[in-house]
Amino acid sequence: MSLASVVIVGAGQAGFQVAASLRQEGYEGRITLIGNEPGLPYQRPPLSKAYLLGKIQESNLLFRPAEFYATQRIELLHDPATAIDRLNRRLVLASGTAVSYDHLVLATGAHNRPLPVPGAELAQVFGIKTKADADALAPLAKQARNVVVVGAGFIGLEFAAVAAALGAQVHVLELGERPMARAVSREMSELFRQAHEHWGVHFDFRQGLSRILDDNGKVCGVQTADGRTLAADLVVFGIGVIPNAQLATEAGLDIENGIKVDAHLLTSDPQISALGDVASFPCVQNDEHSTRLESVQNAIDQARTVAARLMGKPSQYGALPWFWTDQGDLKLQIAGLSNGYDSTVVLGCAQDRQLSVLCFRNDRLVAVESCNRMGDHMAARKILARPPKLTAAQAAAEGFDLKAWEAANRD
Amino acid sequence: MPILTFIEHNGTHHQVKGEIGQSVMQAATFASVPGLPADCGGACSCATCHTYVDEAWLDKVQAAQGMESDMLEYAFERRDNSRLSCQLIISEDMEGMVLHLPSSQF
Ligand SMILES: Cc1cc2nc3c(=O)[nH]c(=O)nc-3n(C[C@H](O)[C@H](O)[C@H](O)COP(=O)(O)OP(=O)(O)OC[C@H]3O[C@@H](n4cnc5c(N)ncnc54)[C@H](O)[C@@H]3O)c2cc1C
Ligand code: FES
Repeated sequence: MSLASVVIVGAGQAGFQVAASLRQEGYEGRITLIGNEPGLPYQRPPLSKAYLLGKIQESNLLFRPAEFYATQRIELLHDPATAIDRLNRRLVLASGTAVSYDHLVLATGAHNRPLPVPGAELAQVFGIKTKADADALAPLAKQARNVVVVGAGFIGLEFAAVAAALGAQVHVLELGERPMARAVSREMSELFRQAHEHWGVHFDFRQGLSRILDDNGKVCGVQTADGRTLAADLVVFGIGVIPNAQLATEAGLDIENGIKVDAHLLTSDPQISALGDVASFPCVQNDEHSTRLESVQNAIDQARTVAARLMGKPSQYGALPWFWTDQGDLKLQIAGLSNGYDSTVVLGCAQDRQLSVLCFRNDRLVAVESCNRMGDHMAARKILARPPKLTAAQAAAEGFDLKAWEAANRD
Repeated sequence: MPILTFIEHNGTHHQVKGEIGQSVMQAATFASVPGLPADCGGACSCATCHTYVDEAWLDKVQAAQGMESDMLEYAFERRDNSRLSCQLIISEDMEGMVLHLPSSQF
């Protein structure tokens, strides 16, 4: 297999990893990594947590230093891709340059769903996606007295914890009825609700935002859907993302909640792969339904699969999804996908903020959510990596221990 | 800038310049030391940055504790001197420190 050139669009977690893994696998051809953000490729998770708190510096966000790209012959271009010319296998860039490819990899990620209310354009209103967002937000977060967070998802809550730690009054507006409702069980939501309230965060569930109010162009409050006014000098929203699929759409590739790919992460054009936040793939852990995941694990493991295939070692993508979020002193880790679970078994103690929730579907373990129980999370990753034999009845037995069960059932 | 030495399981040595305040994991990945995927980027969430601190250096670093120790329980071939290198922050007195890499991270 000798592809002369691989061109990767999107220099984020997935795009970077495809380039790095290709070289690791011994690929000798040309690699072009095309980004649209300034600077070197960096990781996003700390942007809504440690980086905002000043616990880690800018250089700690980078995947690799500048020398890496030179020594590994990864050509990094800061020139957004604007069109794919599939017929001639060329990618057109904003500067007008065209780059030829033998294989094209789309790793364009997703952008924040914008806040659909008047006032969303004010300078003190933020989504958190890029380092530029975090750099602009950090000084305001340090001074803010009243913060309104819109959306009680992972990023909204990570920021709520940061803002509370920095001393602000934090008010979270959420349309749903509990935190992280789309991603975690009721039991885990409840633990996080209590923890955030203990840190001083105030929740308003089943509540929307109708407008952001300003005083001479500066945010001074928000109006809730039920007509109340809340004081605010900073508004941060996290209400989901929209995959950056425009390039692929315009090029006529199949689209379905992002760029549609097959089990090998190939798009409807066999010369083009897609992965990471932008790709919806047939997910083994979700009954092969087309699924789009937004996580570091998904980006990295998919990148390894794509790089291996390009090196002549094809395999169907099937890695176990796992995820983490850090909020205050709580680390929530999720192994597997809990979609459609119908029963749970709870281990540990919510009061001590050490809890694991085992999610079962048709009496089959599908996911384990752990808060400050890393051992359970790691055991769960081992257990879920193969068709798990653990039943809800076994897990519910007096004195059940997930780590011990894993050790005893390693075969 | 302390110099650290990483020794791969196959015996290959890598001398790496670290910066004070940087994690040992980042010093290694920045220098492309193989065998440390460090998937979570230092968030103590993946356990793929496992190293063994050379016996001669054990008085300079504490044993793994808390969350890190829990994660390590599932690392491949954990030993008493196992540490997740993303949780080891480089300080002046680590000049010359030697770390060994396990045969696998998974
Ligand atoms: C604030 C924040 C916190 C997070 N925390 C966690 C966490 O704790 N745990 C976890 O598992 N995951 C977390 N995630 C999710 C994780 O970071 C993403 O899933 C991951 O970055 C996805 O990788 P990607 O390469 O698909 O997309 P990205 O990393 O977003 O990279 C895509 C890149 O492509 C660029 N691009 C788009 N279009 C073009 C174009 N036409 N030309 C050139 N470049 C283009 C984009 O600007 C971007 O730089 C977090 C994400 C954010 C934003
Ligand atoms: S890099 Fe993930 S635990 Fe150290």
